Amino acid sequence: MSEIPHLLVHEQADNVGVVVVEGLTAGTDMLCCITHDNSTFRLTAKHDVPIGHKVALKDLKAGDTCMKYGEDIGKIIADVAQGEHLHTHNCKTKRW
Amino acid sequence: MSKYSNMKFHGYRRENGRVGVRNHVLILPVDDISNAACESVANNIKGTLAIPHAYGRLQFGEDLELHFRTIIGTGANPNVHSVVVIGIEPGWTKRIADGIRETGKPVAEFSIEQKGDLETIRAASWAAKQFVHQASEIQREECSIKELWVSTKCGESDTTTGLGSCPTVGNMYDKLLPEGITGFFGETSEITGAEHICQKRAINEEVGERWYKMWKAYQDEVIFAHQTDDLSDSQPTKGNIEGGLTTIEEKALGNLEKIGRTSQYIDILEPAEAPGEGNGLYFMDSSSAAAECVTLMAAGGAVVHTFPTGQGNVVGNPIVPVIKITANPRTVRTMGEHVDVDVSGILRREMTIDEAGDELIDMIRRTANGRNTAAEALGHREFSMTKLYRSA
Repeated sequence: MSEIPHLLVHEQADNVGVVVVEGLTAGTDMLCCITHDNSTFRLTAKHDVPIGHKVALKDLKAGDTCMKYGEDIGKIIADVAQGEHLHTHNCKTKRW
Repeated sequence: MSKYSNMKFHGYRRENGRVGVRNHVLILPVDDISNAACESVANNIKGTLAIPHAYGRLQFGEDLELHFRTIIGTGANPNVHSVVVIGIEPGWTKRIADGIRETGKPVAEFSIEQKGDLETIRAASWAAKQFVHQASEIQREECSIKELWVSTKCGESDTTTGLGSCPTVGNMYDKLLPEGITGFFGETSEITGAEHICQKRAINEEVGERWYKMWKAYQDEVIFAHQTDDLSDSQPTKGNIEGGLTTIEEKALGNLEKIGRTSQYIDILEPAEAPGEGNGLYFMDSSSAAAECVTLMAAGGAVVHTFPTGQGNVVGNPIVPVIKITANPRTVRTMGEHVDVDVSGILRREMTIDEAGDELIDMIRRTANGRNTAAEALGHREFSMTKLYRSA
């Protein structure tokens, strides 16, 4: 891959990806790569998102399940739109 | 045959057949009040290492057993050539010295009561000096990869550990466990959220059921018995959240990447327990706190530790070299002095997990041969005992 990806996604079933570059700004046309099969797609970042933090790959509603590694990692607790920052302010474990 | 089947390293073969990669003369306190005497001996005799700690008095029951197992296991570790044991009174001092003696290595014991610190330090310093002379004449010899015991535990994890550094360790285990190494992983509370997956990675159903019982016991007897609200402030930690991890499930799934795609654990160990089922991968019931976990795995007999980090945990261990692996380019840029293996190329898609695993294996071989790790060069010698409950 000649261009360095901005966002990595573990599995096809995931609805979030991880920002893997420093200083990502809103409006960036991100190169996204699904590590499982090396397939790529593009997505526009809607927020400035720090390295290591997650971006929603599609519109998610409160009550939806957040999927990463192809697994359930928690529930959406506030609506989040495609390309927006997804973290503790809009996602929480279902465990407690 | 794989390219690692004939891998060799140069280690120190001990009296009991185990192989170490370091050659420490340890000055080992039985209890907290013997730390000062131990540190004085280590100051007198160059080439020795005192490992002060906080406990060893008025403990009882399972907590006391864990204390003995940790201290004896530390002295018995093959990275240790010989041990000077110092305690306040002779009873527990002898119990620990005798426990270490079962390995066949040189052990000398001293107790302080009815002598005082100064006389104890004098006598113990003579013994330590003798051990240093002996240790410094031991030569490394060629050993098989099968003789290497490698542990793992990650720390200050973030989303890059699940993408890069943990799968790197997993790839190493997938390649070296079939060659006959002995491996350790653990962090009981941190598997929470991926317990259904971890249970399935047991060699058979019976081991998986025992694993689940052990995991559930920590949930019920510790977390639910002592929690004030939930674990949200500890699992994930503030550092994990800063690094982008949102939930305990997300953290656990990244953590489990350390056992790769094919590796299966063959048994479950008590904290600080030595493996008894031969070569293979073991789950040790252990804290997820870095220094405590590395201390327990070292007491179980691991001689090299692999430590994936995201945000940059700086932990080391007094007797076991801790190899730091990170995939986070910001951590490489801001804390590069702590990093032994930089796998940030995985995030740029310039390096595959397979290549990263090969780099880690090469660093394990070099570390086993004597290369000092970043944590060793920076003087990180965290020795932290796990305590189960209040002393009497």
